Amino acid sequence: MSNDFRHSVETMIPALRRYARALARDTDIADDLVQDTLVRALRSEKLFLGGDLRAWLYTILTNLNRNRRRSLARQPTMMELHDTTADASGTEAEGRDISRALATLAEDQRAVLLLVVLEGLSYRDVADIQGVPIGTVMSRLARARAHVRAVIEGERPALRRVK
Amino acid sequence: MTDHNIPVTEDELHAYVDNELPAERRLAVEAWLAAHPDDAARVTSWRTMSDALHAKYDAVADEPVPPRLSVDQLSRPPRRWMVGAIAASLLAFAVGGGVGWAVRGASATPSVFANFTGDALEAHKLYVVEVRHPVEVAGSERAHLQQWLTKRCGWQVRAPELGDSGLKLVGGRLLPGPTGPASFLMYETASGERFTIFASRAETETTQMRYAASGGNGALFWADRGVGYVVSGGTDRDRLTQVARLVYDQNEKAGL
Repeated sequence: MSNDFRHSVETMIPALRRYARALARDTDIADDLVQDTLVRALRSEKLFLGGDLRAWLYTILTNLNRNRRRSLARQPTMMELHDTTADASGTEAEGRDISRALATLAEDQRAVLLLVVLEGLSYRDVADIQGVPIGTVMSRLARARAHVRAVIEGERPALRRVK
Repeated sequence: MTDHNIPVTEDELHAYVDNELPAERRLAVEAWLAAHPDDAARVTSWRTMSDALHAKYDAVADEPVPPRLSVDQLSRPPRRWMVGAIAASLLAFAVGGGVGWAVRGASATPSVFANFTGDALEAHKLYVVEVRHPVEVAGSERAHLQQWLTKRCGWQVRAPELGDSGLKLVGGRLLPGPTGPASFLMYETASGERFTIFASRAETETTQMRYAASGGNGALFWADRGVGYVVSGGTDRDRLTQVARLVYDQNEKAGL
């Protein structure tokens, strides 16, 4: 394994952890995902034919998470539902709102929103990561934003309306 | 060109916020937003959403990377058996929050686990706070220590090298175990963090790793070839797993 490749992978770990944490919203699961991603990436250097290493790593992680959720769906485990409040720094109401809103998004929409907004990837990269046309990425992004906005802005007035 | 006359689409609004809009449409979108307050409000809410996401998650990228994600460690070719056991115990943590005991082999009853881990944690708590007499035989006499414990315990006792985790052997002592003599080894980092390895005969051949916590201490138990092992340390499970994995690896390599 070349040291350059290893080093490049290593510099991506903090960003991968951030994406995984927002995607899975659980510290342990997120780091499990990152660990699996790294193991796969390091073992498959030969499969990486140049190009954007960053997009490649996000692709592996996104697919691993999809597989994880599929296998969870076959088991009656409720672990997804507990919201880890000891998560990141978000103690203010806005932080809780955003993670709760993320939790209610469909998996693919959440991944698009996080890859574009949090990780700053281009629509083209996200289309490659998800294996869909750019138009699909844009409609997922639009639906994700509309949904999050509805959750965040819809909940507060509802609370104030209590007589 | 009269771009300004083409109505702005929703896709363009997103592309504008995400800096994906072709430069020649930027002015048109800005003019549109000035004239359409609803769309302007949406764009503002998307920007607020972006700020909230960064406020919530950017701190994760600033955290120190945990040892289990170290590239050096992950790129070492793993022994297949161990990877299975570790993966299974990590899964048990994830599913059961530390009490999901995935038992391989029905012979490993919870009482074996409980007895062992209880004894080991007691010994750990008792001796890790000792400054002057933490051990009977010092780590500098490694060969003698191993020979003595092997003779008294009845199986090959080896003190693993845990330098990869920054741990140096302090030494060891003989203790009463659940069903006979137990070997007790203590390790320490330069900063004074201590881990102990408690081993004694177990009435079970092989189990996967299981986790227990008590007070400010965490312990990982497993049994292999009729000997039960408990690695105790702080409550950082990643760190504990890393140390336990090194211990397991070296015992397996030595064919114990």
